Amino acid sequence: MNINQSGWRPGTPVAADEAIAYPTATGNRALMLEEPLIFEIGTDQTSGVDLPEPDADAPNRLGSFARTKPTGLPGLSEPETVRHYTRLSRQNYAIDLGLFPLGSCTMKHNPRLNEKVARMPGFADVHPLQPTDTVQGALEVIDQLSHWLIALTGMSAVAMSPKAGAHGELCGILCIRAALEARGDPRSVVLVPESAHGTNPATAAFAGYEVEGIPADSDGRVDLAALKNRLGPDVAGVMITNPNTCGLFERDMKTISEAVHAAGGLVYCDGANFNAIMGRVRPGDLGIDAMHINLHKTFSTPHGGGGPGSGPVVLSEALAPFAPLPFVTKHADGSMHLVEEENAGAEFPDSFGRMTAFHGQMGMFTRALTYILSHGADGLRQASGDAVLNANYVLRSLDDVLDAPFGAAGPCMHEALFGDDGFADGLSTLDFSKGLIDEGFHPMTMYFPLVVHGAMLVEPTETESKGALDQFVMAMRSLARRARDGDETLKTAPHHAPRARLDEALAARKPTLTWSEPGG
Amino acid sequence: MRYLPHTDIDRAAMLDTIGADSVDALFSDVPSDLYLDGPVEGLPLHASEMAVERHMRRLSKKNLAAADTPFFLGAGAYRHHVPATVDHIIQRGEFLTAYTPYQPEIAQGTLQMLFEFQTQVARLYGCAIANASMYDGSTACWEAMVMAERITKRTRVVCAAGLHPHYVSVATTLARFTRASVDTAVPVLEAGAGEDAIIDRIDEETSCVVVQYPDILGRIPDLQRIADAAHDKGALLIAVNTEPVALGALEAPGDLGADIVVGEGQAIGVGLQFGGPYLGLFAIANPRHVRQMPGRLCGETIDADGKRGFVLTLSTREQHIRREKATSNICTNSGLCALAFSVHMTLLGDAGLSRLAAVNHALACKAADRLGRVPGLKVLNDTFFNEFTVTFDRDARQLVRDLADKGILAGISLGRLFPDEASLSGGLLVTVTETSTEEDIEALANALQEALS
Repeated sequence: MNINQSGWRPGTPVAADEAIAYPTATGNRALMLEEPLIFEIGTDQTSGVDLPEPDADAPNRLGSFARTKPTGLPGLSEPETVRHYTRLSRQNYAIDLGLFPLGSCTMKHNPRLNEKVARMPGFADVHPLQPTDTVQGALEVIDQLSHWLIALTGMSAVAMSPKAGAHGELCGILCIRAALEARGDPRSVVLVPESAHGTNPATAAFAGYEVEGIPADSDGRVDLAALKNRLGPDVAGVMITNPNTCGLFERDMKTISEAVHAAGGLVYCDGANFNAIMGRVRPGDLGIDAMHINLHKTFSTPHGGGGPGSGPVVLSEALAPFAPLPFVTKHADGSMHLVEEENAGAEFPDSFGRMTAFHGQMGMFTRALTYILSHGADGLRQASGDAVLNANYVLRSLDDVLDAPFGAAGPCMHEALFGDDGFADGLSTLDFSKGLIDEGFHPMTMYFPLVVHGAMLVEPTETESKGALDQFVMAMRSLARRARDGDETLKTAPHHAPRARLDEALAARKPTLTWSEPGG
Repeated sequence: MRYLPHTDIDRAAMLDTIGADSVDALFSDVPSDLYLDGPVEGLPLHASEMAVERHMRRLSKKNLAAADTPFFLGAGAYRHHVPATVDHIIQRGEFLTAYTPYQPEIAQGTLQMLFEFQTQVARLYGCAIANASMYDGSTACWEAMVMAERITKRTRVVCAAGLHPHYVSVATTLARFTRASVDTAVPVLEAGAGEDAIIDRIDEETSCVVVQYPDILGRIPDLQRIADAAHDKGALLIAVNTEPVALGALEAPGDLGADIVVGEGQAIGVGLQFGGPYLGLFAIANPRHVRQMPGRLCGETIDADGKRGFVLTLSTREQHIRREKATSNICTNSGLCALAFSVHMTLLGDAGLSRLAAVNHALACKAADRLGRVPGLKVLNDTFFNEFTVTFDRDARQLVRDLADKGILAGISLGRLFPDEASLSGGLLVTVTETSTEEDIEALANALQEALS
């Protein structure tokens, strides 16, 4: 495994550069810099850390398994490392740079106080298996966050350990499965409406259920009659997303829950969109039995380029006994108690087990609690109100130039949905989105939900000012006009990004997933 | 409320555009009897930055931080020095506040980093391909078992006795709801890792054998021998590593015959964080298995101008696309933790990682020798990397609590890890890293001597 044997660098001028006005020898363009891979600039002798010289006659108890060949890991000095990653960072769009209108993914401001708190040594530098007497404050963070989540959702309990939204979905479905098995009534089918998240059917199938779809009505909501017709003794439950992926509140949610319960099933709600209703509607009042909460969407923990997430699951009284280990309880004297295998015993016999090695995403809990305390009950209610206000403002500012399939179905919640109806032939939602990149915005969620052709799902979030929204609306109106007029230059957008359109088909057809020496 | 930009004048103007009377009117689809007309009762109202920071600091102070005490805990979560550069880089807003890189033209920073990360992990593990990370080591381990089931069309998993009990617990929990059976064993307090006992349990129904390297008692099993035995029966070997620093000193599992190597990457760059977020690592030896692999993958390609670039690829395996036919529960990765790992690994390089491993091992050997001189205490392991097990005739759980009262975090009692196994209650897992000082080791030895006398 070689490092940097050939001296090859990217930035070697490529043929297409000849077509660019004012080509440069390096391939760099002033502040837009090309950055090689660490394997092309590092060496196996370089290191950016100082460590003591190992003792030449140190004992060796590695047995016969001591490493005999180098790892092939390149090293860089500290300044080279800082420069490498700083240069890479400049090729990323981020919420710190501008509006991120990703429907359902919810990219809102990430307060830096959250980061400061998460790095306090009492949170960042404690081990998950320290004696519980030495981590009472950490357990209290979990307990306080749990208290808020339970109060805001009107539920009975919360499982904190799931590590991401999809992991939370799995946790909720396993609680349902454990509850049904405990009552001697294992069932085989989970119903998933079309307007639910794509991860929902995957989760139900992974937990061993057959998945059946339920259509949406012409309004973009669950077809209530179709759902009721399908309920029966084989249906374990329904997985529903509310507000749904069309950005609409499921008006019949309580009726749906009652019907599912009457048929002996349980109701899972995908809580990815809870940020739209927090402080205004309590899912417990809607009859929901389990719902995960993506802390990054609703409570502003950073997305980090794709994780880590965190997906606590709130549970109804019926499901609370089945929550996974470990969890935190509070004694009468105020001391915090950690329930795990060692002491679950007879008091919590129904817990379905463990989903992850330790207690979940503590670093996300401190951030989420910090955000929640900063907002308070009044601020959280205002945040959901402003999120919905912003989405409706975008919807009404664009529905004369873009197709809004459910625009007449009442106010949208936190996200506005548009389709590609009205675009000139040959121009797609993809072209439109890439055009938005040139305007300085991250594209919206594309081709989702599936019920709308060429869907564009726009979620501005509550942290965008009216000025930022007006600029976004202006860009969207300009693009809508170009898409309607058949502007061919959209097909090759983006023109001003660090890279032009990337060949994703090539990447999948001939996967190159690790670096190797060219020709090596 | 400092995070909300609108003034009431803005709100009025926007409501006017929408044609609504009030923000509440936008919630008209919520049945009125379910709509709250004010903030949820019983919860406090918003607080200033200063007040929140004070509250959180007070909670933080109730915890004993590892840096403030002689500290010897490990078992899948390790305390190592993290260079200041790592935290600086992950706090850059362009990394911290970016989204999943589905729009590659404006996400090359994250994508190139992931491509580099994948290559680093593959090389560390001695494998052909690594993915862009998993939730943590325990979920990566379970997903590897599910992957082995898909490849071998068999459902019986054999776990070595030295596999982390929490990893076993995650697997048995999830197996209960799927088709697999998980054959587990409990470690016995013997110096060797008991390869014969594992090999005896492999049969024609076995999809995979799961072996931790080094194992939960700190012992270093003979992976090559177990790999040969597994392959003889048509089973795969899954090697699990919870301490990546060890691989600076030990042969890579992929080079010893492991088909899938998974592990916890927390030790490099991430920090303890009371258990999460952590970093699942996942790699495969055989590139032909790539379409059975869970998790995100970043691949190299070119753009329309012929320039090298990177994209997420082979995503047709993923949940949001395959829906009920998806092969894993993974819908994200641990991108920011992967960045921390990658930055720290880049600072180390081969030279730094080897040296870090040597420092860890040398200090751990010193500690084992020193503790071995404490009357009534026996060091179990003859081989280990930076953690080892000591035994004595007392319940280690109480001993750990007693020493914590004296300000020494002595290690992890095997009784806490294996509460149902009385035979292990006199065992203590002791972990030593480069952050331990000789004074800390001396303090631990003296405290143990006093407690045991």
